[in-house]
Amino acid sequence: MTATCNAGNGIRYDLQLVASWIPQGARVLGLGCGDGSLLYYLKTRKHAVCTGIDIDESCVAHCIERGLTVLQGDINEEVRDYPDDVFDYVILAQTLQQIYDPAPLIREVLRIGRRGVVSFPNFSHWRVRMMLALTGHAPVTPQLPYQWHDTPNIRVITLSDFRRYARQVGFRILKEVGIDTDRQDRSGKRVRLLPDLFATYGLFLISKEGP
Amino acid sequence: MSEYIQHDQQGASVGLVKKRTFTFAHPPASMTLACGATIGPVTIAYETCGRLNEDRTNAILILHALSGDAHVAGTYTDGDDKPGWWDFMVGPGKGIDTNRHFVIGTNILGSCMGSTGPASIDPATGKPYGLNFPVVTIADMVDAQKQLMDHLGVHRLHAVIGGSVGGMQALEWSVRYPDRVASAVLLATTTRHSALAIAFNEVARQAIMADPNWNGGDYHDGKKPDLGLAVARMIGHITYLSDESMRLKFGRRLQDKSDFSFNFDADFQVESYLRHQGHKFVDRFDANAFLYITKAADYFDLERHYGDGSSVAAFAGARARFLVLSFTSDWLYPTYQSRAMVKAMKKNGLAVSFCEIEAQWGHDAFLLPSDRLSGIMKGFLDGDSDV
Repeated sequence: MTATCNAGNGIRYDLQLVASWIPQGARVLGLGCGDGSLLYYLKTRKHAVCTGIDIDESCVAHCIERGLTVLQGDINEEVRDYPDDVFDYVILAQTLQQIYDPAPLIREVLRIGRRGVVSFPNFSHWRVRMMLALTGHAPVTPQLPYQWHDTPNIRVITLSDFRRYARQVGFRILKEVGIDTDRQDRSGKRVRLLPDLFATYGLFLISKEGP
Repeated sequence: MSEYIQHDQQGASVGLVKKRTFTFAHPPASMTLACGATIGPVTIAYETCGRLNEDRTNAILILHALSGDAHVAGTYTDGDDKPGWWDFMVGPGKGIDTNRHFVIGTNILGSCMGSTGPASIDPATGKPYGLNFPVVTIADMVDAQKQLMDHLGVHRLHAVIGGSVGGMQALEWSVRYPDRVASAVLLATTTRHSALAIAFNEVARQAIMADPNWNGGDYHDGKKPDLGLAVARMIGHITYLSDESMRLKFGRRLQDKSDFSFNFDADFQVESYLRHQGHKFVDRFDANAFLYITKAADYFDLERHYGDGSSVAAFAGARARFLVLSFTSDWLYPTYQSRAMVKAMKKNGLAVSFCEIEAQWGHDAFLLPSDRLSGIMKGFLDGDSDV
């Protein structure tokens, strides 16, 4: 485990780490971009050419008010309109766990972008395992703060599941980082030792299967 | 500009504005229209607010809808209690910020609010054109606006902004003169009318032409086709509202009575409202202009003229950043039409933002004060480094 990184720049720790993977001036598409904090950060700090898609009217309005280029729509549908390889990076930051049918979306991500960035809350974190094992209740954690009946997260994913899914669907994992963040997700640290157990989130850089 | 006295009416008014005119195509020169006919001279009414910067990069052209005019914001006199039609949107610190931008409003070719149209005098006869006025298109309106921009020394517009028929003009600008438009805001509009929209326009035109006073468009010496024009306006107002907005605004409430009159007076509030709108309209609008402008809107077909039927091909030459806004309750130009143009823009790799704004007031929503609408407008216009 390495030194704690403080969130001096105002965006969530997992988004800071995603941002660190994006080079200057990259063409970026953010799927499920929410309030646009990552895109705004990439636009202002990295001069990235950013587009976002979100289904929520108030999120989209907020993003456009911030000067971002954002479309309102269903990401599963909207990704289909883009030509091949128009983006350098397509980001699915904490969105995958809300997707009904992830494989077609991931294929589209890697068709329209050279690289994909996928992050999600790790369902094999020790606290999640303990809660289910000891209390018998569906886990509720700072990263997954919902009851089973009112959660937007319809998929529970573990780091290990995602690796296996990559082999099944047929995409490459270029980089993988497990992180452990505080309750507000403002600061955190990379988890080097047993990330499957100790990481609250997993971040993956993916690409099409190479030749 | 110097003729504007900054007059702080409600804390954020552009103050006094002045209607001006620009005339071009003086004979023997003329303007050639899409239909092949030529006209001249052509006068365009316009108003401006804010100040054109030294680089001439901060101009915004606002394009009005069917019955609008050049008077977008501010007032004509000090005691004037009726500001321009988009006063909530245009002014210091507002969605379209006149502290930052030089805003130009113009009246469209074919209208009757100061620009050349069927009610203007035909120099060949010395009498109003009437139906001798050639059928104009959205492209013709935009060509006339371009002449005005040249006259004002504005080569490249920071933005063209329009709702409804004004949105059609903004679309036309973005594909007809792509190097002169940095961004375009398209509100509650379409790249081509649906059969439904054409149908409503046709019924409205028939109402005018069925009025005996219309007299083949030659009514300038006698009684005007007021009844026909009023009915046409009533039809228009139905399409500008929505099922929900009419239910909230009127329901089945009766107008100034507790029971039915058992005759054909206006019993219901909605009847009274439509009659009022119709009567109000005939005082300010020319019946022939209504025919010409609705026809221009029906003829507008971006796919056909620029893409050989394909919307993707139609936007192939466009370069602008786009903001497309639709309204949930707009049944005249429903959201699916906005989504279709957004899709075509995306396929061309154009930067486009799109939001379907929750609004119960139907097509007219873009004319009603809304913090969300103003905020989005401001963010989009200021979010670009072009200024």
